[in-house]
Amino acid sequence: MSPLSTVSVSIIAIGVLFLLTIGDEDDKVREDGRIEVEYWEKWTGFEREAMEDLVAEYNRSQDQVYVKFLSVSNIDRKLMLATAGGNPPDVAGIWSSNLPVFASNGALTPLDVQLSESSLGEQGYLPSVWRQLVVYDRVWALPATPGTNALHWNKQMFRQAGLDPDRPPRTIAELEQYNDQLTQFGDNGQIQAMGHLPVEPGWWSASWSIWFGGTIWNGDSRVTATSDANVAALKWIESYPERYGAESLMGFRQLSGVFASPENPFFRGRVAMVLQGPWMYNFINNFAPKDFEYGVAPFPTIDEEDYGASLVETDCLVIPRGAAHPEEAFKFISWLQQPEQMEALCLAQLKFSPLKEVSEDFYERHPNPHIHVYRELAEHPLAQIRPQMVTYNDFSNDMVNAIDNVMRNKMQALEAAQEVQKRQQALFTRKHEAWLKIQDKRLKEWDQE
Amino acid sequence: MGPGVSRSEKRKIIAGLLFISPWVAGFIFLTLYPLVSSAYLSLTDYSVLADPVFIGLDNYKHLATDQLFWQSLWNTFYFAVLSIPINLITAIFLAVLLNFDLTGKKIFRTIYFLPSLVPMVCMGVLWQWMLNGQVGLINQVLWPICDALNWMTGTNLAPPNWLANPAYAKAGLVLASMWGVGNAVVIFLAGLQDVPRTLYEAAGLDGCSFWQKTVHVTLPVISPVIYFNGIMSLIGSFQVFAVPYVMTNGGEGPGRSLLFSATYIFNKGFESWSMGYACAVALILFVIVLGLTLLATYLSERHVYYAAK
Repeated sequence: MSPLSTVSVSIIAIGVLFLLTIGDEDDKVREDGRIEVEYWEKWTGFEREAMEDLVAEYNRSQDQVYVKFLSVSNIDRKLMLATAGGNPPDVAGIWSSNLPVFASNGALTPLDVQLSESSLGEQGYLPSVWRQLVVYDRVWALPATPGTNALHWNKQMFRQAGLDPDRPPRTIAELEQYNDQLTQFGDNGQIQAMGHLPVEPGWWSASWSIWFGGTIWNGDSRVTATSDANVAALKWIESYPERYGAESLMGFRQLSGVFASPENPFFRGRVAMVLQGPWMYNFINNFAPKDFEYGVAPFPTIDEEDYGASLVETDCLVIPRGAAHPEEAFKFISWLQQPEQMEALCLAQLKFSPLKEVSEDFYERHPNPHIHVYRELAEHPLAQIRPQMVTYNDFSNDMVNAIDNVMRNKMQALEAAQEVQKRQQALFTRKHEAWLKIQDKRLKEWDQE
Repeated sequence: MGPGVSRSEKRKIIAGLLFISPWVAGFIFLTLYPLVSSAYLSLTDYSVLADPVFIGLDNYKHLATDQLFWQSLWNTFYFAVLSIPINLITAIFLAVLLNFDLTGKKIFRTIYFLPSLVPMVCMGVLWQWMLNGQVGLINQVLWPICDALNWMTGTNLAPPNWLANPAYAKAGLVLASMWGVGNAVVIFLAGLQDVPRTLYEAAGLDGCSFWQKTVHVTLPVISPVIYFNGIMSLIGSFQVFAVPYVMTNGGEGPGRSLLFSATYIFNKGFESWSMGYACAVALILFVIVLGLTLLATYLSERHVYYAAK
C-alpha cells in the first residue's frame, strides 16, 4: 500500500470506530422487550448496596421496565452537564439542597401532574422533609432517606472529666462549660483533647444560626448574614481563640485525621462532642474502638426553649428534564415510596423514615438504637431546612472562610459577618434579578409540562 | 499549489496534510473552538443549562470590583514569582550535578525523575501530610533544628502549621511543587549533553574555572532550554489547580491563601454555575499568560542563543 492509501484507510477506520460509539441513546429497549430506565445515584458503599437490592427487587417485581443502576460520583456536576448535553439519565438521586439551583435552571421535570394522578402527596410525609422538595411552588423530587444533625458525645470522656455521662449539655452556655472541663493541655501547652470544636468537622458552617434562633436568608431577596443569630454564632466561635489561643487551635486542628478512618478525632477521644448525623452509627461501628460509648441528643441551643432545633436534609430522587422515559421513571420512584420499600431502604441505609406513618416494629428492627432521636428532631416544630437560596453554595463557602478567619483571630465576628453579607447580597441580587427576568417564561414552561 | 508542483510532490503534500490532520482537527475542535466560544460566553449570563443571555461587558464590570477575583490573581502571581525561579534554579542545579560522570548516575537520574511521575492527586494527598503542622515529616525535621536554635539563642521558635497558616501555605505549596521538578531536570540534562565538549576544552585551555565555564559556556549554550522551561513553568504556575485543590480538600486554604485563578474559575463555573463569569476570568488569565509569554520572548531575545541561527 502507498503511504497515501495507508493514511486514508486509517482515517476511515478511526471514523467508523467513532461512529460506532455514538449509538441511539434515546430509545433503549432491551432484548427481552423491557424498557431500560437509567438511574444514577451518588451513593457508594453500603448505601449503594441497599439501593441496588431494592432496584433488583423492582426489576423482579414486573416485566415492563428494567432499571439500570449506576453509582456516579460528584453527581450534581455530572447530572447538570449530562442534562445540558441533552443526554440525562431517567432518574437521579441527588441532595435536596441541589433542588433550587437545578429547578431554576430548568434541569428538572416538575412532578405535580404525575403526583396529582397518584396517591402520593404532602399528606404522606414529614412536613420538614416535604418542604425541601417544593421550590417555586412546585414539587421537584420525592425523598429517598433523610437525616438530621444532633449532638454526639463520648461518654467515656465525660466520665473522666467528672461529668454525668447521661446528661448532655442543653444550652450553648452549658456546652462551653463542659468544653472547659473536657479540654486538656499537654506539657508544652498544646491542646491534647477538646470538649467541642465548631470546625470539627465543620460541615454546616452556613447553618449555625439554626441553633442561635435565626436564619441567613429572608426567603425572598435579602441575605441575612448579619442577622442577630448568625452574628451570635460567629461570636460564639470567636470565643474559642480567645479562650484557647488561635495558634494552639491551629495546631490542634491539624491533628484531625481522615473522617472515615480510625483517625477521626471523635473516635480517638480527641474531641468529646460533635455535630453529626445518623450515618455516624456506621462509621463508629467500622472505625471506633470496640468499647466506644456514645450518646445522641439534640444539639444545644442559645435559648433553652429552642432546644430540639435542627437541620433536616434529605436525599431525593428526581427526573431530569429531557429524560427519555419520565413515566417509567415516576413509576419506579413511586414504588420506592411505598411504606414497605421505603422502610427497607431506611433500615439498610441506617436512616429514619421520611413517611409520616412508621410501622410498629420499625424502631425495633432498626440497628441504630439512637435512630428515634434523629426522627424526633425532624418532627420538631423548630426543624429547619437549608435556605432554598440559589447562591447557597457560594454563601456556604464564604461562611467557611469567615469562620476560619474568626478562628485564627484574624477577624472579629461582626466584621466577618458584614463581609459575608456585602459579598453574598451582591451575588444573590445579581442571580435573583436574572431569575426575575426569565421567571414568567420558566413558570409557563413548567405549567405546560 | 502552483503549476511548478509536480504530481508526486502534490501527493506528498496531501499525504503530509493527512498525516497531521488528526492534530489539526483536534486543535480546531478541542482548542480553537472552545477558546473562541469561551470568549463569547464571557459576554453572557450562562448557567450551562439555560441558553446564554448576552449581557455585554457586565461580567467584566463585576470582576473589576470582585475582591475574590483580585485575591485569586494576587495569589497566582505570588505563587508564580515564588515558584518559577526556585524551580528553575533547582532544576538546573540538579541537572548540572546529574551531568557529572559519576558511577550510578543513571540511578540518580531515575530517582530525581521518579517524583514527577506521581499523579497530581496523589501528590496533593501526600503533601497534605508532609506539611502537616503536628505530625508532618517536614516539621519532624524542623523541630530538632528549632529546639537546638532555641537552646542556643533562647528564642521560642517553632515550625509553622504550613497549611493552616496563610503566611506559610503558599511556601508549602512551592515546596510541594518542587517535587515535580524532574521533568525540567530531564530537559536540562538533554540540553547539557548537547554542549560541545570542544567549547569546554577551549575554555579550559584559557584557564577557566568550573564556575566560569558554567556561566560563560554552559548557560549560554543551554539558554533555549532555559527559555523553554521558563515559559512552561510560567504557564504551569498560572494553571496551578489540582495540588492545592486536593491539599485543601476542595477548599481555598486558610484566609483564602490558596485560592488561585484556576480554582476560582472552577468554583464559579462548576459550583456556582456562573459559567459566563468563569469564562471571563479564564479569558483574563489567558491574556495575562499570553502577555507574559510575549514579554519573556521579547526580553530574552538577546540572551537566548540558537546554534542553528
